[in-house]
Amino acid sequence: MSSTDIAINKTDMHHDHEEHDHHHDQNFFEKYIFSQDHKVIAKQFLFMGIIWAFIGGFLSVLFRLQLGWPEATFTFLEPILGGWVTNGKLDPEFYLAMVTMHGTIMVFFVLTAGLSGTFSNFLIPLQVGARDMASGFMNMLSFWIFFLASIIMFWSLFLENGPAGGGWTIYPPLSALPQAIKGSGTGMTMWLIAMALFIVSQLLGGVNYIATVINLRTKGMSMTKLPLTIWAFTLTAVLGLLSFPVLFSAALLLIFDRSFGTSFYLSDIYIAGEALSNTGGSAILFQHLFWFLGHPEVYIVILPAFGIVSEVIATNSRKPIFGYRAMIGSLLGISVLSFVVWAHHMFVTGMNPFLGSVFMFLTLIIAVPSAVKVFNWLATLWRGNIRFTAAMMFAIGFVSLFISGGLTGIILGNSALDIQLHDTYFVVAHFHLVMGAAAFFGMFCGVYHWFPKMFGRMMDEKLGYVHFWLTFIAVYLVFMPMHYVGIAGFPRRYYNWTGFEAFNMFTDLNTFISIAAIFGFTAQFIFLFNFIYSIFKGRRATQNPWHSNTLEWTTPVNPGHGNWPGEIPAVYRWPYDYSKPGAEQDFIPQTVPFSETQSSNLPQERVLE
Amino acid sequence: MITIAIGLSILLLLVVLFLLFRIGTLASIFRGSSQQAAGTTKTSNKVNSLLLLLFLIIGGIAFAWSFADSWDEMNQPLASVHGEWTDELFWTTMIIIGIVFLITQVLLFWYSYKYQHKDDKRAYYYPHNNKLEVIWTMIPAVVMAILVFAGWKTWANITSAAPADAVVVEVMGKQFNWMVRYPGADGKLGITKTSLIDATNEFGIDFSDPNAMDDIVNPLELHIPKGKAILFKIRSRDVIHSVFLPHFRQKMDAVPGMPTKFWFVPTKTTAEMQSELGNPDFKYEMACTEICGRGHFAMRYVVVVDEQEEYEEWLAKQSAFADQNPNVVAKFQTKGAEEPATRMNQAAEDQKTEL
Repeated sequence: MSSTDIAINKTDMHHDHEEHDHHHDQNFFEKYIFSQDHKVIAKQFLFMGIIWAFIGGFLSVLFRLQLGWPEATFTFLEPILGGWVTNGKLDPEFYLAMVTMHGTIMVFFVLTAGLSGTFSNFLIPLQVGARDMASGFMNMLSFWIFFLASIIMFWSLFLENGPAGGGWTIYPPLSALPQAIKGSGTGMTMWLIAMALFIVSQLLGGVNYIATVINLRTKGMSMTKLPLTIWAFTLTAVLGLLSFPVLFSAALLLIFDRSFGTSFYLSDIYIAGEALSNTGGSAILFQHLFWFLGHPEVYIVILPAFGIVSEVIATNSRKPIFGYRAMIGSLLGISVLSFVVWAHHMFVTGMNPFLGSVFMFLTLIIAVPSAVKVFNWLATLWRGNIRFTAAMMFAIGFVSLFISGGLTGIILGNSALDIQLHDTYFVVAHFHLVMGAAAFFGMFCGVYHWFPKMFGRMMDEKLGYVHFWLTFIAVYLVFMPMHYVGIAGFPRRYYNWTGFEAFNMFTDLNTFISIAAIFGFTAQFIFLFNFIYSIFKGRRATQNPWHSNTLEWTTPVNPGHGNWPGEIPAVYRWPYDYSKPGAEQDFIPQTVPFSETQSSNLPQERVLE
Repeated sequence: MITIAIGLSILLLLVVLFLLFRIGTLASIFRGSSQQAAGTTKTSNKVNSLLLLLFLIIGGIAFAWSFADSWDEMNQPLASVHGEWTDELFWTTMIIIGIVFLITQVLLFWYSYKYQHKDDKRAYYYPHNNKLEVIWTMIPAVVMAILVFAGWKTWANITSAAPADAVVVEVMGKQFNWMVRYPGADGKLGITKTSLIDATNEFGIDFSDPNAMDDIVNPLELHIPKGKAILFKIRSRDVIHSVFLPHFRQKMDAVPGMPTKFWFVPTKTTAEMQSELGNPDFKYEMACTEICGRGHFAMRYVVVVDEQEEYEEWLAKQSAFADQNPNVVAKFQTKGAEEPATRMNQAAEDQKTEL
């Protein structure tokens, strides 16, 4: 590790240190582009995540226009969409491609790379007390491979035949046969290449996160003194490491089927006027492999948000997180269970009904640790002294959205009820609330909370409130009515529903949902402005603006490569000593030894003095 | 010209917003509120906590109103036996999660409002309470156990083997419509092969199989009798589709290379449903719910539920595919020698279908 030999200045670790004090030999490229500093890499992931989020959001606006106003003509879109609009009508295959790319971008590029990539990278070394990641070089590779994947995925948007269009789950044979849909041509090839690179990037990152947490914790930082953020990030990395290779193999077999004439997923197919020679393959095999990643993937998305929100709620309620060990236990429980529930996405694929009952049972068990988490967050708020920072608003919003979206999971996890609701808007509403909006709220929460540590400046709190309220209201206005549409059985990925008498109602409601979605998307520009403006012009941050206990706030306002100018501080206590009776202030940082806090030590802590 | 005007006014709006933002920032510096620890300023705490409470109350009322308002539209007319079980289980589960939803959301927003920051107050140091945690682990565990048992019972009933006298209909998905085949008088579907599919013989029926001779293919509408078990044998010939009959609460994927099935009992004829709903144009419909390409949204097929006699009458009027297309059948007459091989294939096919 190249970063441990940093010039040491033991006398004043509380002062600012400009980076050039330590690294005068670094040029611009080493410092900002091909940097091995975890903080710079985290920001790179964050910037990419934000760019992708706006692209993904814009695509959703496009297809919401179609769904909200199915009879309208969109000639005004011709300048940007070109040939995809003919006589003011969106091309149905373009519509499917938009839906596909929206899902792919949001799930993988924003909520996996943007969320884990940003906060695992940024917080793991800072909160466990390490100079940098276990391997700074691998970390840098992880970002640049992700960048390469991003370029390929972005490029595919502009292909003549469009990007991949078979849904983000890319079920074969649709995704395997170019004659089945335009998007299964070059677009699908590029999707597969981009995702293969993406997986490589995730694995490089994940190995690093786990190694850092296990090996590089500072003196005194036992596993039970780790902030919940670190527990969440570590388990996320473990999930990714175990499940992404399965998606990789699924994608590889699909590549073979597409390009080399194998029949892993193909059998008995007659398409475009000819019978294919493929025989003996199983289309359902792909779904098993895909969802073996796919289900852990939703926890890869939501676990970091759990961690961030737990930390922010505790800090701003000025209370220890309620049931710290139960919170770790529920994280572990959810992580283990996430590997044995994948087939609840497949209840109506013709899978053996006995398997359906097993997976229903395992799925509904997940409700228990999830419920524990919600109750513990509520108990943390109870009798707190709550500071409504912008981050805290998003944390509260997260809990609300997680409850609303999570509860309907109990319905969808029930195979008997899933028969009617599978692949309807009920599912869309469910997962957008629980892993889409909620994970986004976790991300916003993290950005508002750790912005001062990232850029040395504060984001504008009032704009943060405006952003929160507009987003929060818009999310509920979009996704609550969507449940009604789903209960009525409206199928997903429909270009329009007007052809069916069973689905000819709710036209006004769909227009309403579209308006709310566009409104919510527009509100994100407030965040974008606040974010960019504050990087350059925000109020200068103090060292510990939220009066928080965790280690990152003991670094200088603008930490250099290596994080602490002097020795890495030792840790003596858990991170949640807020409002401890007898203590002078309402927080005691982890670096304060028990010998200095005799007035507030609990009976069992006396021995540690 | 109008575009420029719109552009200018948007620009002007942005400038005004930016100035407001600057004035707000300066005012907060002037008031000294920017010197306070973040999140402890009086006004923003008051405003935000009040807004949270208002969101709970107004949002709750708006949700309740819109839910009640959409009630009739969101409940699709129901016309199958097992649909009654699943609908009941659905709304029971909805009530249970509705109660949890109400309690947790009220507590979340109420606590946020009640315990907002006050300068002279200190939070209550309360790191854990094992008894409490055990209780609120056990309660959801018990509720889940009940729901799992209810789900198991319903699921087992729905997926049990179809009665032997069930009316068999084959439903095949293709890009982008449904195709339907009745076994005809002998009650047996003839075997099919992908390699035999062409523009006329869309199922790829092998007419060297005598069972195929009376098969009825692609009637205008799918007719089924009321009150009898209907067994759909489902397959696809290109990509994955999914048979969805919203009024019968029935859904099953159509997978190429892997036949699936689903059985149900319709409880109301189309005519009965028409008079019940007061809508003489009501039709049962079949839709596709697995993305299958460009025409995914347009795979509509009308299903008609008849009284038993009407159904038999209708069925008698249908003529077999073999009779309509003698030239297709003629091609198979010359290949009589292949008979033993076909028999073997049929055995394999039967086994596959039973899975």
